[in-house]
Amino acid sequence: MVSEKSYTGWYFLGVVALIYLILYLLAPEGIIASLYFFSSLIVKLIPVFVLVFVLLALANYFIKPKLLARHMGHGSGLKGWIIAVFSGIISTGPIYMWYPLLNDMQNHGMRNGLLAAFLYARAVKVPLFPILILYFGLTYTIVLSLIIIIAAPLQGLLTEELMELFKNENSSIK
Amino acid sequence: METDLARLSITKAWRAIWTTLPVLLGAMLLIALASTFISDSAYASVFSGNSFLDAFIAAALGSILAGNPATSYILGGELLESGVSLFAVTAFLVSWVTVGIIQFPAESILLGKRFALFRNLTAFIFSILVAFITVSLVGAW
Repeated sequence: MVSEKSYTGWYFLGVVALIYLILYLLAPEGIIASLYFFSSLIVKLIPVFVLVFVLLALANYFIKPKLLARHMGHGSGLKGWIIAVFSGIISTGPIYMWYPLLNDMQNHGMRNGLLAAFLYARAVKVPLFPILILYFGLTYTIVLSLIIIIAAPLQGLLTEELMELFKNENSSIK
Repeated sequence: METDLARLSITKAWRAIWTTLPVLLGAMLLIALASTFISDSAYASVFSGNSFLDAFIAAALGSILAGNPATSYILGGELLESGVSLFAVTAFLVSWVTVGIIQFPAESILLGKRFALFRNLTAFIFSILVAFITVSLVGAW
């Protein structure tokens, strides 16, 4: 897992650079062709990353995780599902950053189905829409996002049902 | 106060970009390498041409691989250009974000083993269902 203080990402990039170096000694033409391909990818994606940066900054400015937590409590009904899905869509950052907050909400009685719906709805990444549209088109992006939004509560309900179905009274598993 | 919040929001956005940058660059370099050294026929050998089997394989691949979703979009786009079906690519994109084999231990510890097991299992099934419905609707238009 990559965190802000972790160097895992840089180690990964270092390993890839080492692979390039080794392959350059064996097949220099192939590596030069790869670097041309890489540079074309970079040129294509630079404007998109600028846009992603702006959207991330806006999301950080307007969205507060603790505020979201207050409105996703137990017994929230339809409102709870809507908020869970909407929160999942607007949540940013790696999934594991949200585990401690979700754990806290679960301990305070939040339904497991709402947790699952929140995690599923994270598949709709609004700040990354420009990249998805670039590769797959606007229609595809809209349809996929809508289907994920509809599927999120259904997946949450199914998760909850299965957990209930396979509940072991003697088990210490949560 | 609002200026401080704006500055903090920009700093956090920059940190998020900076943290994922080496991973994205590494992934793009690997994609470039694969595009040059691996032929289309090699991809064809992984994906059978059978829509449902390909979607299953792609969803399994997306469940194992982890990282920024932007990487999956780039990789998915390249797979599509290599002739892999949109159905399989969509299952790959959805499972990349919703199923987490690598994050499974952390999820089980913090949210419970049964929750992590059933959530990931249903998310895997739903990634194929979502892909099927999406492609059917997009194809119909």
